[in-house]
Amino acid sequence: MPAPQSVACNGSSPKRSGQRRPRRMLPLIEVAVLAVMVAAPIVLNNRPELITLITNIVILSLLAISFDLCWGFSGIMTFGQALFFGVPGYVIALVGRDLGLSDIWLTIPLAMLAGLLLAFVVALFLLVGRRPTPIFIALGTLTGSYAAERLVSGWQYVGAGNGLSAVKLLQMGSYEFVEGPEFYSLACVILLAVYLGARALVGSQLGLVLAGMRQNEERLAFLGYRVQIFKVLVFSLAGMISGVAGALYSYHQGFIGPGNMGPGLSTQAVIYCLLGGSGTLIGPVIGTAVIEILTYVLADIESIRQFWPVFLGLVLLGIILFQPSGILGMVVSTRERIGSYGLRRKGTERQG
Amino acid sequence: MALLEVTALTKRFSQLRALDGVDLTVRAGTFHGLIGPNGSGKSTLLKAIAGAHAPTSGTIRFDGVDITAAPPFERARAGLSLKFQITSVLPELSIYDNVLLALQSREGLSSLISSRTRRILDGGVMTALDRFRLAGRADDLAGELSHGQQQWLEIALALASRPKLLLLDEPTGGMSPEERRVTGELLRPIRSECTLVIVEHDIDFIKNLCDCLTVLDQGRVLDEGSVEQIEHSTKVQEVYTSRV
Repeated sequence: MPAPQSVACNGSSPKRSGQRRPRRMLPLIEVAVLAVMVAAPIVLNNRPELITLITNIVILSLLAISFDLCWGFSGIMTFGQALFFGVPGYVIALVGRDLGLSDIWLTIPLAMLAGLLLAFVVALFLLVGRRPTPIFIALGTLTGSYAAERLVSGWQYVGAGNGLSAVKLLQMGSYEFVEGPEFYSLACVILLAVYLGARALVGSQLGLVLAGMRQNEERLAFLGYRVQIFKVLVFSLAGMISGVAGALYSYHQGFIGPGNMGPGLSTQAVIYCLLGGSGTLIGPVIGTAVIEILTYVLADIESIRQFWPVFLGLVLLGIILFQPSGILGMVVSTRERIGSYGLRRKGTERQG
Repeated sequence: MALLEVTALTKRFSQLRALDGVDLTVRAGTFHGLIGPNGSGKSTLLKAIAGAHAPTSGTIRFDGVDITAAPPFERARAGLSLKFQITSVLPELSIYDNVLLALQSREGLSSLISSRTRRILDGGVMTALDRFRLAGRADDLAGELSHGQQQWLEIALALASRPKLLLLDEPTGGMSPEERRVTGELLRPIRSECTLVIVEHDIDFIKNLCDCLTVLDQGRVLDEGSVEQIEHSTKVQEVYTSRV
């Protein structure tokens, strides 16, 4: 008697005939978020403090996306992503203070380079080796972030515990980007560019390698992939994105401090991403918006502000326990999140 | 000509000697079976050859090159391919993407980033899936396949990179008799493409497929020879009648 499976898989799978391809949700969500981003400064034009809030959301979204590239797409758990945010933030603040330079075409690439190189060095320590375990990587990045925060806190040249304030304004030629709709627009353009670049990367054949790496790293090595190279590459790119975010933050706030590279902000990046939905790119943007808006709304209530870190900790615990796929996990299928890398063909339904 | 030469290979796990001075020579173009009772060291030997286990001592030469200390990816690039005993397909990826991943493993970084070969490899993916009767389910998730089909997909992945030597660890484990028969049919044609080393408990399956057999017992080579020679080996019969 022939095996039923053998018969079934010789032609088109019977169970698939007539099956409707589920609606793809991610593009709709992306368009909706883009629409909100465009409409927000128009709607909030009379509320400068809210323009500041949404600019912060856009900047921190970059940090959250960088974490998503590491964890959501590549399975690299980093608890020290703020390190690559804070250090470039300090670099551009120092370049402005000591050299008087703040031109966008010079300092933003400089911040990108600082984030990239720092992440590359950390990756060489933590990711290259026979088989670094996830816990080793998580603790290593956390330690790096903590050590940098402590180091900067005691270093007078960089302002010690007070950080660096009165950061020179970001310039484009003679034009200065001050806090407000213009800075918001600039941050949005950068976020859009990073997002499109990241989307292209994870949708490419390299993205397929990352998806495989996240599921079974050992299997990929036996297929002939030098997994560490891919890990170092993604980690370094994520560091570069964090670097841009750190520079924008520094210019926008006019300040950068030790806390901007420590475990606190690193953990916040984890929460932004996991709350929104890791492995989606747009999820971290939504997660950042939810947390930052909640923080803003509740900041005036003293009793809540006091326990805010505890609340964030509980949020993280709740997501891990009850909704590991985050907010977007409720509307986006796992299949769509992971995506398909093959070509669509006639008579074969493709999803994701 | 010897494609694989394993010399005095020893592997210890703490006090346990899983392999104890194993010598194995596999000639190019042959189908070589590894048999033996449970715990005889068959899978450990295969994993040591593929690089999953670092040997305690001994050498492994593949295609004239000493690969004893080479990491798995280097062995894979040299032409060694392993199908694990426990299926390790990527369950959350489609069947198509599993094979594409295997096929594109020799592509450079720039090629992967620009997706230059995605279209070019499409034909190869479908041919591999056709061969293992999975083409109709190319878009399904690998995790949705039956156990037997996952084993076939796993063999397709191992074969996708056109290896010189294919190492199969219990390819029919957990399969129905009919699936085992089909697996034999699927494996026979690969003789023209690569050399095969196969670990299998089903003696009839391995007899019908292999040219020569090596029998392991307690981490040592008990006997070696053609299928006929092994069938008439008194040493082998003793081990199988006393322990199996």
